[in-house]
Amino acid sequence: MSTLTAPTVPVETQEHYLNSNYGIRSWLLTVDHKRIALLYLASITLFFFLGGFFAVLIRLELLTPQGDMVQSETYNKLFTMHGIIMIIFFLIPAIPAVLGNFLVPMMVGAKDLAFPRINLLSWYIYILGGLISLGSIVVGGVDTGWTFYTPYSSTYSNSYVIAAGLGIFVAGFSSILTGLNFIVTIHKMRAPGLTWFRLPLFIWAHYATALIQILATPVLAITIVLLALERGFHIGIFDPNLGGDPVLFQHLFWFYSHPAVYIMILPGMGIISELISCFSRKYVFGYHFIAFSSLGIAVLGFLVWGHHLFVSGQSAYAGLIFSVLSFLVAIPSAIKVFNWTATLYKGSISYQAPMLYAFGFIGLFAIGGLTGLFLAALGLDVHLHDTYFVVAHFHYIMVGGTVMAYLGGMHFWWPKMTGRMYPEGWARFSALVVFIGFNLTFLPQFILGYLGMPRRYHAYPPEFQVLNVMSTAGASILGVGYLLPMIYFLWSLKYGPLAGPNPWGATGLEWRTASPPPTANFKEVPIVTEEPYEYSIREIKVV
Amino acid sequence: MASDVDNLYFFLLAVTAFFSTLIAGLVIFFAIRYRRRSEVELPEPITGSTKLETLWTVIPAIIVMIIFGWGAKVFLSFNRAPADAMPIYVVGKQWMWKLQHLEGQREINELHIPVGRAVKLIMSSEDVIHSFYVPAFRVKADVLPGRYTSIWFKATQPGEYHLFCAEYCGTKHSGMIGKVVSMEPVAYEAWLSGGPREQSMTARGQTLFQNFSCHTCHKPDGSGRGPALEGIFGKSVTLQTGQAVVVDENYLRESILSPSSKVVAGYQPVMPAFQGLVNEDGLVQLLAFIKSLGPQAAAPPPSTGPVPGTERQNSKP
Repeated sequence: MSTLTAPTVPVETQEHYLNSNYGIRSWLLTVDHKRIALLYLASITLFFFLGGFFAVLIRLELLTPQGDMVQSETYNKLFTMHGIIMIIFFLIPAIPAVLGNFLVPMMVGAKDLAFPRINLLSWYIYILGGLISLGSIVVGGVDTGWTFYTPYSSTYSNSYVIAAGLGIFVAGFSSILTGLNFIVTIHKMRAPGLTWFRLPLFIWAHYATALIQILATPVLAITIVLLALERGFHIGIFDPNLGGDPVLFQHLFWFYSHPAVYIMILPGMGIISELISCFSRKYVFGYHFIAFSSLGIAVLGFLVWGHHLFVSGQSAYAGLIFSVLSFLVAIPSAIKVFNWTATLYKGSISYQAPMLYAFGFIGLFAIGGLTGLFLAALGLDVHLHDTYFVVAHFHYIMVGGTVMAYLGGMHFWWPKMTGRMYPEGWARFSALVVFIGFNLTFLPQFILGYLGMPRRYHAYPPEFQVLNVMSTAGASILGVGYLLPMIYFLWSLKYGPLAGPNPWGATGLEWRTASPPPTANFKEVPIVTEEPYEYSIREIKVV
Repeated sequence: MASDVDNLYFFLLAVTAFFSTLIAGLVIFFAIRYRRRSEVELPEPITGSTKLETLWTVIPAIIVMIIFGWGAKVFLSFNRAPADAMPIYVVGKQWMWKLQHLEGQREINELHIPVGRAVKLIMSSEDVIHSFYVPAFRVKADVLPGRYTSIWFKATQPGEYHLFCAEYCGTKHSGMIGKVVSMEPVAYEAWLSGGPREQSMTARGQTLFQNFSCHTCHKPDGSGRGPALEGIFGKSVTLQTGQAVVVDENYLRESILSPSSKVVAGYQPVMPAFQGLVNEDGLVQLLAFIKSLGPQAAAPPPSTGPVPGTERQNSKP
C-alpha cells in the first residue's frame, strides 16, 4: 500500500459521518453509532496507555529482587490499578464498544443500532465510571488487587475500596447497555435477505458476547454492593468475624469475572474470522462450527467459575466438577483454532498487517489456551495457582489474544472508519515488534510460575531475577510496538492515502458503502442475496 | 508427590509443544505454500468438512478427559492424608506464619520437619485469607479465617525450601515468607528436644480446658450437661435436627465458638459462646487436647474422618 501514489485531488466532496456536522456539541450529543465508536476509541486508548504506564512501573520494580523502587504499598496499588483499568476500562469495552459499535449496524445493513440514545448513554456511563475510578486513584488508590478478595477488601484494607468499586459498578451498566443494543439490533434490524447463517462471524461473536454482558454483569454489580455493605455498614456477608463466609465472595466474583474473560476474547475471535477469510480469499472453513462454538463458549463459560477456587477450601467434589467443565470449554476454542488454520488451506494468502496480527493471534491464543489446560488440571493447579504461570496464561489470552485481534481489526477497518490508509510498511513492522516483545515478556513468566514465584510479590528471592529481567526487557519492546500504531494512525488521519470503499476487496456489507460511510451508512437499504465470504466465487474488486 | 505433579506437568508440556508446533507449522506452511501469486486468482471454494470437524472435536475431547482424570487423581491424593500423618498447627496472620508442634515447640516463619514422615498441616488465619505454599513440595492451600483447611506432604530429602504466602494479603504480602527445614529423623528429634522446655500442646489444651471450666459439663462418663468428649473425634454424632455430623476440626471449632449452631441430640443449648474469648493458638491447643482424649487414654483414635478442607460444613444458620 505504501507504493500507492496519493490521489492527485484530495478534495473531499462527499458528505460522510465525519464532516456532516462540526463542533464539540455535534460529538458529545451525537447518536450516530460511528461517532460514539470514535468517542469510545479515544477514551479506551487513554485508559490503555494509563494502564500501560502502571505496567511499566511494575516491570521496572521487578528488575531487581529487592523492593527498592517504590514502597510495597505503592506497588500493590500499581498492580491493582493496572488490573482494574486494563480489564474494566480497556479490554471489556475495547472490541465491542469501538469496532462492534461501528460495525454491527453496518454489517447487518442497518442505519444505526436499535437504541441510538441508549448507545450514547452507555458512553456517558462508561466515562462516569472511569472518572470515579480515576478519582479513587487520585485521592490515594486502592490496594486489594482487581479481585477485591474478602475479608481483606471488606475489613482490612485502608485504601479507597468503595470508590474504586463504585467506578466498576457504574461502568458495568455501560457494558450491559451495549450488549442489549447488540442483541436487539441483530435480531430486528438485519437487511432483507440477511438470514442468521449469512451473518458474518463477527456478528455471531458479538451476539454471544452480548449474552454474557447482559447476564453476567449484574452479578458483578450485586457483588460490589454486598462488599460495600460489609465495608461501610459492617453487615456480615463475607467476613467470618461478622458471621460471613469469605469464600462466598470468590464464588460471586468469578461468576462474573470468568465469563468476563469470554467478553474479552469472543469479539476478538470474531475479528480473526473476518481477517483470515479476507486475506486468504476463502470461505471461513466450518462457518457453522465457528458460529456455534461461540455460543458454546458463552454457555459453558458460565459453568466454570469454580476453577479459580481449587485451593480456596472449596469442596473437593466441586473441584472435580469445575475441572471437568473447564476442560469442556477448551473444546470449542480448539475447534475455532483448527478451523482458522484450515481456512488457509489452498487459499490465496497475502500478508497485509491485519493478517500478520491474525497469524500472531492464532499462535499466541493457542499457547494461552493450551496453558489453560495446565490450570484446569486439579493436581497441577495446586502448584501453579497464584503463581506467575497464571499471570502468563491470562496475558496470553487477553493481550496475546484480545489485543492482537483488536489491533488487527483496527488496521483492517481503519480505512473504513477514517477514509485513510495507514502506512503498510510501518504497520507490518510494528506487528512484528508486538509479537516479539509480547513473547519475550510473558514466556519467561511461565517458567517463573513453574519455579514457584507467587504473583503480586513486590520483592522476590534472587534466583528469579534473570527471568524477571528478560520479562522487563520484553515489556519495553512491547511498549514500542504499542506506541508505533498510535503514532502512525494519527499521522494517517492527515497524510494517509485516501481509501476507497473497499481497499481490501472484502465481502461484507460495510465494504459496499463509501469510506468513511455517510451518516445513514448506506444510500439505500442493501439487499443480501449471497452467502458470507464468497471470496472464491467471484473476484471482489478493490475500489 | 512432587514427581506425580511433575509427570503431569511434563505430559502437558508435551501436549502443548505438539499442538503449538502443529498449528504454527501449518499456518506457516500454508501461508508460504498458498501465498498470493496473482491478484486475480480465485482459490477453490472449500466451505468445510464434517469429517475433519468430528476429528478435531473428538481427539481434543479425549486428550482433555485424560488430563482431567490424571489431574483429579493427583489432586485426590493431596486430599487424603495418611492416617499416621504428624499433625502441625499453622496460624497465618498479617504478615507471618506461626507454627505449633504437638510436642509444644513453636516457630515463626520456619517449619522443621523430619524426612520420610507424612506431615499434615491444620491451618487457620487470624485475619485475611493467606495461602501456604511450598513450591518444592508442589503443595498449596488457602488459609482461611474462621475455619480449618489442611494439606499434607512428605519430605524425601533434607534441605531448606521456600515457604511463600500465595494469596495476596495486603501491604507486606511479599514479606510473608519463610522456610521449611527438613531434617533426618535423628536430627529432628534433637531439634525437638533442644530449645526452651515447652509444654506440649495437649498439656496446654488441658490447662485451657480447666481454666474455661469445660470439664464441669463435659464429664468423661457422660453424666454432665454436655456430651462426653472422650473418643469423640472422628466419630459421627446426631444433631437435634436429626442430621449426622462427623466430628472434625471444623465442627469442634464451631461448637466452641458458637455452640448453639449445631447441638448434639439429647442436650440443651446451654453452653456459652467462646467467640472472642479464645484465640487461634488456644483453639488449636484445645483441639489437640480433645483429640488426645481416647476411649483408652493410651491410644489416640485414628483420624478416620474426612480431611478438613475437603468437606464443607453446612453454613451457619
